[in-house]
Amino acid sequence: MRIAVLIKQVPATDKVKMDEKTGTMIRSEMESELNPLDMYAVEEAVRIKERLGKKVYITVISMGPSQAVEAIKDAISMGCDDGYLLSDRQFAGADTFATAYTLSAAIRKIRRFELVFTGERATDGETGQVGPSVAAQLDIPVVTYVSCVEKITDDTIRVQRLIEGGHETIEVSLPALLSVVKEINEPRIPNLAGKMKAKSTTVLTLTADQIGVSLDKTGLSGSPTRVVKMFYPKLSRDGRIVKARDVDTVVDELIEFMRKRKLI
Amino acid sequence: MLDITEYKGVWTLGEVRDEKISPISYELLAWGRKLANALNVDLASVIMGKDVKNELNKLVHFGADVVYVVEHPKLEHFLPDVHARILEALVKEFRPEIFIASATTYGRTVMPILSAKLKTGLTADCTELNVDTQEKLLLQTRPAIGGNVMATIKTPLHRPQMATVRPKGKKPMKPNMTRTGKIIFKEYSEKMYESKYKWLSFERDKTSDLPIQEADVIIAGGKGIKDGKNFSMLYDLANIFGGSVGASRSAVDMGWIPYSHQVGLSGKTVSPRLYIAAGISGAVQHVAGMSSSETVVAINTDPDAPIFKVADFGIVGNALEILPVLLKKLSESKE
Repeated sequence: MRIAVLIKQVPATDKVKMDEKTGTMIRSEMESELNPLDMYAVEEAVRIKERLGKKVYITVISMGPSQAVEAIKDAISMGCDDGYLLSDRQFAGADTFATAYTLSAAIRKIRRFELVFTGERATDGETGQVGPSVAAQLDIPVVTYVSCVEKITDDTIRVQRLIEGGHETIEVSLPALLSVVKEINEPRIPNLAGKMKAKSTTVLTLTADQIGVSLDKTGLSGSPTRVVKMFYPKLSRDGRIVKARDVDTVVDELIEFMRKRKLI
Repeated sequence: MLDITEYKGVWTLGEVRDEKISPISYELLAWGRKLANALNVDLASVIMGKDVKNELNKLVHFGADVVYVVEHPKLEHFLPDVHARILEALVKEFRPEIFIASATTYGRTVMPILSAKLKTGLTADCTELNVDTQEKLLLQTRPAIGGNVMATIKTPLHRPQMATVRPKGKKPMKPNMTRTGKIIFKEYSEKMYESKYKWLSFERDKTSDLPIQEADVIIAGGKGIKDGKNFSMLYDLANIFGGSVGASRSAVDMGWIPYSHQVGLSGKTVSPRLYIAAGISGAVQHVAGMSSSETVVAINTDPDAPIFKVADFGIVGNALEILPVLLKKLSESKE
């Protein structure tokens, strides 16, 4: 069984700067990390490999600038086998549709995978759209919000989904793409052997040419959406802060406040 | 190139849950009404289910001019390929210029599949939608990077212009029982209902009837709640408000409450009318998930806790002492 895990490198800091003109993030000179929610996707793939034995081979794929190799290596250190970085100036400024187009084209180019894993969403863009869009562009089924893999056979997988109000159990034919939620597992800390392996593994870089994508479909020119304005909202509220010297009084004040706002 | 002038009207994607039309569907009509009025076009609701006939007029009362209905036994559960295939057929036949859905697990799954099939743009989890009346384009505003940045996005040359909007971002309009609208039933061949999925079962989460993303009031607890048992206090309070219980990442990691209650960057993003953060320090990752709440009340022993910066009303004190008194006073005043 061949498994692909799609990952993204995201800014590690919470104070991120954006280019007001292009509306794209300024990524240089910023500390980056493997998207925390992708670690659950990597971990689940590795657990399937451990469960099914050596016949499982895991490929990590990411689109991004050259330094995203580090995030791919982090995934390899957790137990993945090899990695590809899709990197080309032409990919810059891609929205979720163009990103999914490039990723799906690369998956087709690399090989047939029975399973593709993604995280629920990336902590920077926070769309959660790339996984389902990749699946649709590959014309394979997608199961989102997967919280438990119950059973895998050669041609089906049975999983639970975490949806509003509870868990749904669903079975789907393979190949399929699964996007997983945090509840699914506890990602491991890479051990020394894993780190050594990541160090010695060469991550292959694929350009637009090598993937064979048409340039009008990638990056900003392949993106149906355009950012027209960026702004930084004021998050602080300058609220009234009181010390609870006397619990009774302070609770009365709170109730009064909620009444005024018609909350009770 | 696509002739965008052939696309007219605003569509909203209705949701069916437990064989009933979900209130989310009426919320979406409130979003859509504003856009349809600005563009002077019809507002439609699309609804798919096993048996939804009884409630279709309600969609009209809540603002729809047209309701597109597809009924089939195979639509009882969400099979993504079937839903996306039918929506694709509907869009290709009727050509709406705008199509919005709620950013629920349903909307966030079916909309990206549909937009990929239609080769058009989709903007996720918008908190504001407007119309640029000169260009007649949808302006989609959404937060990113934990709410630190807001972006306004448009889809100039592709149709429909698609977006998901944050649940609870708008209240449904007051229903108008005298409104009339057109109800259009569509039927498709059995081939359209072939699926690669097999739905097996659903197990309800015993800890909550109301998912936090859809609650008007959230009582959230963090490290300061000290013990999983103490969460019963939060549930009691949530009951009084008819709301739900939320939690910080640390409370979930301690095993005090299931992950489905987690608010924040690695949990859910919520916008209730009232968010009470009890014993939550307010790390940026948490604030990312709740900063769009209408009113925020914070209770924390540490006067320097960052949660107070985003609070409208803050109490420096022990949540375990304050919540019982609040609970007592509120239940007394209810009686």
